[in-house]
Amino acid sequence: MEILLVDDELEFISTLAERLRYRGIEVIYTAKPAEAVELVKNHCFQVAVLDMKMPGISGLELEAQLQPYCPDMKFIFLTGHGSEEDYVAGKSVSAFYLLKPINIEVLVAKIREAAVSEGKA
Amino acid sequence: MFKADLFFPHFLRNQGSQDRSSVQTFDFRRIWRQAVIVTSLVALVPLVVMTLVNYKLTRKSIEDEAIVRASRVTSTARHSVSFFLRERLSALSFIAMDNSFSDLMDTNRLRGILKRLNASFEGFIDLGLIDGRGEQVSYVGPDDLQAKQYGNQPWFNEIQKTDRYVSEMILGYRQRPHMVIAVRQKMPDGGFFILRATMDSTSFVETLKSFELMSRGDLFLVNSEGKLQTRSHYEGNLFSTVPYTLQYSGEQPETHHDRSATGEAVIVGTEKVPDSPFVVMIVKRGDEMIRFWRDTGMILMAFVAFSVVVILLVIFAVSTRMVNSMYLLDMRQRAAMRDVEQYNKLASIGRLAAGVAHEVNNPLAIINEKAGLIKDIFSFTNTYAKDEKIIGLINSVLASVERCGTITKRLLSFARHMDSVFEEVHLNAIINDVLGFMKKEAEYRGIQVKTSFAGDVPAFRSDRGKLQQVFLNLINNAFAAMDKGGTLMVEVQMETLETIRASVIDSGAGIARENLDKIFEPFFSTKTKTGGTGLGLSITYSLVKELGGDIQVDSTVGVGTVFTVTLPLRPPPESREEDNGNPTR
Repeated sequence: MEILLVDDELEFISTLAERLRYRGIEVIYTAKPAEAVELVKNHCFQVAVLDMKMPGISGLELEAQLQPYCPDMKFIFLTGHGSEEDYVAGKSVSAFYLLKPINIEVLVAKIREAAVSEGKA
Repeated sequence: MFKADLFFPHFLRNQGSQDRSSVQTFDFRRIWRQAVIVTSLVALVPLVVMTLVNYKLTRKSIEDEAIVRASRVTSTARHSVSFFLRERLSALSFIAMDNSFSDLMDTNRLRGILKRLNASFEGFIDLGLIDGRGEQVSYVGPDDLQAKQYGNQPWFNEIQKTDRYVSEMILGYRQRPHMVIAVRQKMPDGGFFILRATMDSTSFVETLKSFELMSRGDLFLVNSEGKLQTRSHYEGNLFSTVPYTLQYSGEQPETHHDRSATGEAVIVGTEKVPDSPFVVMIVKRGDEMIRFWRDTGMILMAFVAFSVVVILLVIFAVSTRMVNSMYLLDMRQRAAMRDVEQYNKLASIGRLAAGVAHEVNNPLAIINEKAGLIKDIFSFTNTYAKDEKIIGLINSVLASVERCGTITKRLLSFARHMDSVFEEVHLNAIINDVLGFMKKEAEYRGIQVKTSFAGDVPAFRSDRGKLQQVFLNLINNAFAAMDKGGTLMVEVQMETLETIRASVIDSGAGIARENLDKIFEPFFSTKTKTGGTGLGLSITYSLVKELGGDIQVDSTVGVGTVFTVTLPLRPPPESREEDNGNPTR
């Protein structure tokens, strides 16, 4: 399984990517949202894990940019704060929503769950 | 209740309270005092002034009336006295004209005339004929006055000018008051004779008695020097001098205020009886005069006193009710202000806490991942898999991070003002859901859960999620208070037509009185050593307020705690536009 991880906190995602790899999940990560769009243009991932708040763009906006390239891609949102967007995202049926600091096993479970639902969407 | 409020209203009861929250915006006792004083003055001063004016006017009117009456009685009495004297003088004149001097010289004839006179007019004692030189030439009567000389007496000279004479009262040697009347008759030869009669005063006095009854005063005759000519009730014996000023002129009665010998205020009426030495005098006593006025005055005063009492009672009652209403309104306003302050305080603390939590959260996430990676490396590579000490240390770091994460998540959820989603909810069903969720824990802790749901609680519009969280927090809290088991009671009933009341009652340890005021404040916890964050009740408080409700706590240490949540059947006004699912924020 291959997923995309986008968060402006490089230290956080690099470590998280390594931990996910230990659990058999292939991770491409980037701290730059623009780079994520470029990546998606060439290759679709099963799941994208996006931070809710990044410099200049929100997780939901990035989702809107990525979605056209890969309509079947599932999204999971991570957040470190309780903003309105978080809540709206949390309410969305199609999206998963996790609060930092995250429990790695919960994240893995969500990723697998999203990946399984991929075919049905 | 109303009577207690009237005589001992709320604003008088709280005297001397040291509670800071009871510091009043207004001094209600002063306002009440001013209202009572000003209203009383405005109402009573005109009444008292009018009464005094009326009192004076009535008194003056009654005095004037008394003077008029005295004047009238004086006049009437004078006429009667005049008539009495004129009648008798005319009778004497008629006899003198009808009989010649020689006829009257006949004593027998004279006796016959005296007899007939007494038959017609009472009171004649004797009758005498006096010739032009002043010698009584013929006499009939009880005394021996034949040949008595009157030529040198003043009245003999006086009658030469006036033809008629009336004497003052004389006591005489028989000590019986009497008077003399006489007429002069000219003769054809140019001489004259005088017919003189003595009269008893009895019939004269009788004439005055009827007026005494009429006037309710003292009516008598005096001479020009003020000496009593008839009996008086108060002024002393016959011939004593009355203490009043003699005022008379012409034919009109005169009245004036005077003082009696004993200093009593009196009204004196006088009128001269023409062709006589007499002056009619009436004396009306002050007390006689003002008795009527006093009776009227008493009724007036009683009415005024009654009115004053009624007015004061009404003013007292109205002022008390009015000020008490103001006081209660002020109390409610200040309570509302305190609520707003408390809510604002919580909100600002919440925002601060959220800021801190947000800043802490990212590094915390990194620590979490780094520690997690170390653990992963150890676990997945098998190199240190069996080093329990290192795994233990990492687990400890991860546990602490998780604990910090719980705090920051709660802080964030506390600060987050989520839009309320209002929908039809059944409170009983929501509480049953929450209790179902807690069922296992209750069994594990040995807690007996009871519910009492009133049948008349209707479905109402509120936020299901928030209500779940509120009751989850309260029930969690109650469980935490019952370490050694106990009973949890949840009651739901209608409080008013507009509000529902839900009570969560536990039989736990209770909350100390000094902590009761602080339990809704963020970070206030008595369970910090056992993992309490001090945010649960703050969040509950915020949620209840967002739903337009209120939450109260009552607790007794060792007995238990009651949390009472009051919820409105209608959503708060600022939330209603969100009913259609369009969040405004």
